[in-house]
Amino acid sequence: MTATTTSPAASVGEVPSFDVTLRFRRFDPDAANPEPFWQEFTVTAHGTDRVLDAMHKVKWELDGTLTFRRSCAHGICGSDAMRINGRNRLACKTLLKDLDLSKPIVIEPIKGLPVVKDLVVDMEPFFASYREVMPFLIAQGNTPSKERRQSPEDRARYDDTTKCILCAACTTSCPVFWTDGQYFGPAAIVNAHRFIFDSRDEGAAQRLEVLNDKEGVWRCRTTFNCTDACPRGIEVTKAIAEVKRAMITRAF
Amino acid sequence: MPEAPAGTLYRGREGMWSWVAHRVTGFLIFFFLLVHVLDTSLVRVSPEAYNAVIGTYKNPIMGLGEAGLVAAVVFHALNGVRIILVDFWAKGVRYQRVMLWVVVGVFVVLMAGFLPVHLSHVFGGE
Ligand code: FES
Repeated sequence: MTATTTSPAASVGEVPSFDVTLRFRRFDPDAANPEPFWQEFTVTAHGTDRVLDAMHKVKWELDGTLTFRRSCAHGICGSDAMRINGRNRLACKTLLKDLDLSKPIVIEPIKGLPVVKDLVVDMEPFFASYREVMPFLIAQGNTPSKERRQSPEDRARYDDTTKCILCAACTTSCPVFWTDGQYFGPAAIVNAHRFIFDSRDEGAAQRLEVLNDKEGVWRCRTTFNCTDACPRGIEVTKAIAEVKRAMITRAF
Repeated sequence: MPEAPAGTLYRGREGMWSWVAHRVTGFLIFFFLLVHVLDTSLVRVSPEAYNAVIGTYKNPIMGLGEAGLVAAVVFHALNGVRIILVDFWAKGVRYQRVMLWVVVGVFVVLMAGFLPVHLSHVFGGE
C-alpha cells in the first residue's frame, strides 16, 4: 500500500486510485492439513488496472505465496482463467472499474479440474480431451507443391472457432463438465469445429465419430455458460450446435 | 479436490437457470410417473385396494400437488421445444434468451387459465 505514493505514480495524476479488496479461495497442498480456505487482501489500484494488476500487487508486496498462472497479461496465452465474482474470466482482461468494488472481489480457481495450489489447476484432463479431437489438418493424397487454396467464404465458415486460446474458461463453466469430467467439454468441441468445417480438411468423419461418443457433443445441455465465459467472444454454444447438426446431416 | 468451506455458486445466466429448472421439473415428473405406475398397477392386485388408494388422493394437499405437477409438465414441455430449437434451428442459438421469455410468457398464460379452475375444484368442494 505504500508503493502508490512514489513519484511515478503521482505523476500519472489524472488516473484515480482507490482501494480494492480481493478475496481468494486458497489451497496449499503442503500445509499440515490441506484444506481450502478464504483469505482477503486490500491493495491500492488505479482506474485503469485489471484484476491481474491487483493480484500482482498482492503477490509482489503482501504475500509471495499466492499462486496463480499468467504469462502474456494481455489475453493471448490463456493462462489466467479463473472464477471472478462467480464467473469464469481472464484476470488480465477484467478491468477493476467494471466490477462492484464496494464488496470484495471474489476470486476462485476454475471449477471441475483438480486444484494444484491456490488458483492453479491441473489442466491435463482438459488437454487430453483437446488431443482426442485431433486438432490438426488431416489431408490425404500427395504432399501439395503449392498452398491449399481456400475461398474467403469457406474461410469464414469456421472463423469464429479459430480464435480459441485454450484457457479452459468455457469447459470449466459447464455444469455437465463439473459433474462428469469425462465429457469432452466445449473447448475440445470448438477446436473440432475449427477443422470439421474447414474445406481443406478431410478428417471430419473421424472427428464426428469421436464426438458422437456418449461423452461427446450430445452431453451438451445448452446452458450457454460457455458462450458467456469465453474471453474471445466465441459463440461456443452455437459451434457445438453446428457440430450436432453436422452429425445428423452428414450421417444420412 | 476438497470442496470444504463451500465455494461460491457459479453465476450462470438465463441459460443455466432454465437448465436447472428443466432438471428439477424433469425429476419431479419422473418421480410422479414412478408413483403413478405403482398405484395404477394396484388395480391388478385388487380393485378395492386401488379405489382405497385413489380415494386418499382427494384432499387439498394432493390438489396442490396436482397443480405443481401440471406446472412442471407445462414448463418442461415448453422449454423442451426451446431446447430442440436451440439445437436444430440455425437461428435458435441467437434467440435462446428471447425464446426463454416466450416460454415463461406462455407458461404464465396457461397456468393463469388452469389454476383458478383447478383450485376452485380442489377447495370449492365437488
Ligand atoms: S495472462 Fe495471458 S491470457 Fe491472461
